[in-house]
Amino acid sequence: MAEKKLMKGNEALAEAAIRAGCRCFFGYPITPQTEVAAYMAKRMPQVGGVYLQSESEIAAVNMVMGASAAGVRAMTSSSSPGISLKAEGISYLAGCDLPAVIVNMQRGGPGLGGIQPSQADYYQAVKGLAHGDFRIIVLAPAGIQEVVDLMGSAFDLADEYRMPVMILGDGMLGQMMEPVAFPDSEAPVLPEKEWACSGTKNGRKKNIINSLYIQPAELEEIVKARFERYAEIEDKHAMSESYMTDDADIVLVAYGATARIAKNAILAARAEGIKVGLLRPITLWPFPTKALKALTSTAKAFLTVEMSMGQMVDDVRLATECARPVHFFGRTGGVVPTPKEILGEIKKISGGIK
Amino acid sequence: MAVVFSRPKSLSDVPFHYCPGCTHGVVHRLVAEVLDELDICGKTVGIAPVGCSVFAYNYFECDMIEAAHGRAPAVATGVKRARPENIVFTYQGDGDLAAIGTAETVHAATRGENITIIFINNTIYGMTGGQMAPTTLPGQVTQTTPYGRDPKVNGYPVRVCEMVSTLTGTAYCERVAVDCVKNIVAAKKAIKKAFTNQIEGKGFSLVEVLSTCPTNWGLSPEKALQWLRDNMMPYYPLGVYKDTTEENK
Repeated sequence: MAEKKLMKGNEALAEAAIRAGCRCFFGYPITPQTEVAAYMAKRMPQVGGVYLQSESEIAAVNMVMGASAAGVRAMTSSSSPGISLKAEGISYLAGCDLPAVIVNMQRGGPGLGGIQPSQADYYQAVKGLAHGDFRIIVLAPAGIQEVVDLMGSAFDLADEYRMPVMILGDGMLGQMMEPVAFPDSEAPVLPEKEWACSGTKNGRKKNIINSLYIQPAELEEIVKARFERYAEIEDKHAMSESYMTDDADIVLVAYGATARIAKNAILAARAEGIKVGLLRPITLWPFPTKALKALTSTAKAFLTVEMSMGQMVDDVRLATECARPVHFFGRTGGVVPTPKEILGEIKKISGGIK
Repeated sequence: MAVVFSRPKSLSDVPFHYCPGCTHGVVHRLVAEVLDELDICGKTVGIAPVGCSVFAYNYFECDMIEAAHGRAPAVATGVKRARPENIVFTYQGDGDLAAIGTAETVHAATRGENITIIFINNTIYGMTGGQMAPTTLPGQVTQTTPYGRDPKVNGYPVRVCEMVSTLTGTAYCERVAVDCVKNIVAAKKAIKKAFTNQIEGKGFSLVEVLSTCPTNWGLSPEKALQWLRDNMMPYYPLGVYKDTTEENK
């Protein structure tokens, strides 16, 4: 690791992608992620990569599909309304077993919504991004160093399992500045993708990248095989951070920037003698079910905090199998919860426990 | 005995799914002959559309990608930008290219994307059973224009070559037909030029091929060819609409 640099989240994310071997970026301007594209426009030519501003979000994701099908690490980034437009392409990427990294720096919704930070696209990312039976891996960094660290994993997981991976951030993560260190290598050595469409060179049978299977039994078999890979991912790649949970009566569950605000509330609560901890999912799919389930033996209650009207809270209830009460506190529309507000919720629950 | 006619090497040895009398087969063969003659099959990546030619990925011996409806030019852009050494073509019908994929078509052209587009215009959505296409002629009866296309309700047909020729990024666009031997020979020449332009780095080339759909037109293959001549050719005149490669000579 080199020395630390002070960087904006969106720019650090773009640099980390390049260091992870991303050589094709296709995007369309949308607040609050436009710096990703601007940074790529400057940096890609310096590393012999491709930056292209597409005519639409739809075209951008399909350009990613082409580059990925040709065997090159490719990425696109957007914010909430843009991700809805990319949904079709993400379903095709999944159906074609193509790796790709898609960044969503969430803003308030629905519709055009707002441009301030939000986590209201949890359902979209985790439950039902587009048509068909499929999953994508969803990574939710909480700080800019973690954005950088997860970017390498995002491309590696996408390649290993041949599927789309989403970095689910929020406007706050994209816009804030923090010191970060990058991996030294600008160009990791990546294995050849023998399935890629880059010409047969008259030396092998042709490759076909396709998601159409007219025979129901054949399609069912292909989807089932894909779900076997998903099961392996759920088994091997769920990630979370536990913070002060060992003796916690109340466990907060929050991801991304919200988790950092929650930590402030936890410290304030502990100063008042209330034992509170945090379970922070780093992967939203696969969800860290086991880690949460394990906490039901020690925690008396859970409090999910989100910048939404309550989406991840459903998964917390499922993971804890309702063994303990699961409370919810959220702000939405671009309003960021304050530590004081969260402390107030903690005190309400704490009063109930006593 | 001398072999005077055989399957082009670039055309897969599998039966087509196309209806009897459909001209997709003729155009597939022309593309494959061109890939053979230019000896580029080994470095070509083809992009299949959604529509009747969705299964084109089974019919060419080069690497093939099946794109979402209308998105083939964007997928082709991704491949070509990632691997400029490859030859990249799309094969698209009128619904795919001129309705749901209009933006992708226009912007690939205006960027001067160094790709080749083979555009099949048969004035109808074939795969879904004969609905109005963006190229359906005024008065033409389809499943969704049962009283004939009324421009007051459905607007007017899109003339793709005329539209694309106005864009600075377009290097070459020509409209051809596959209704008779003379025109088929001319169509092949145009397709070969469209691929040669890409090899020479001359930019965006589009060949529009007037084709027939006997099944959905409700005509015999022979009558369908005559219908093409009588109805399509007056609205969609054959010819070169733009050729900067000639201007540069």
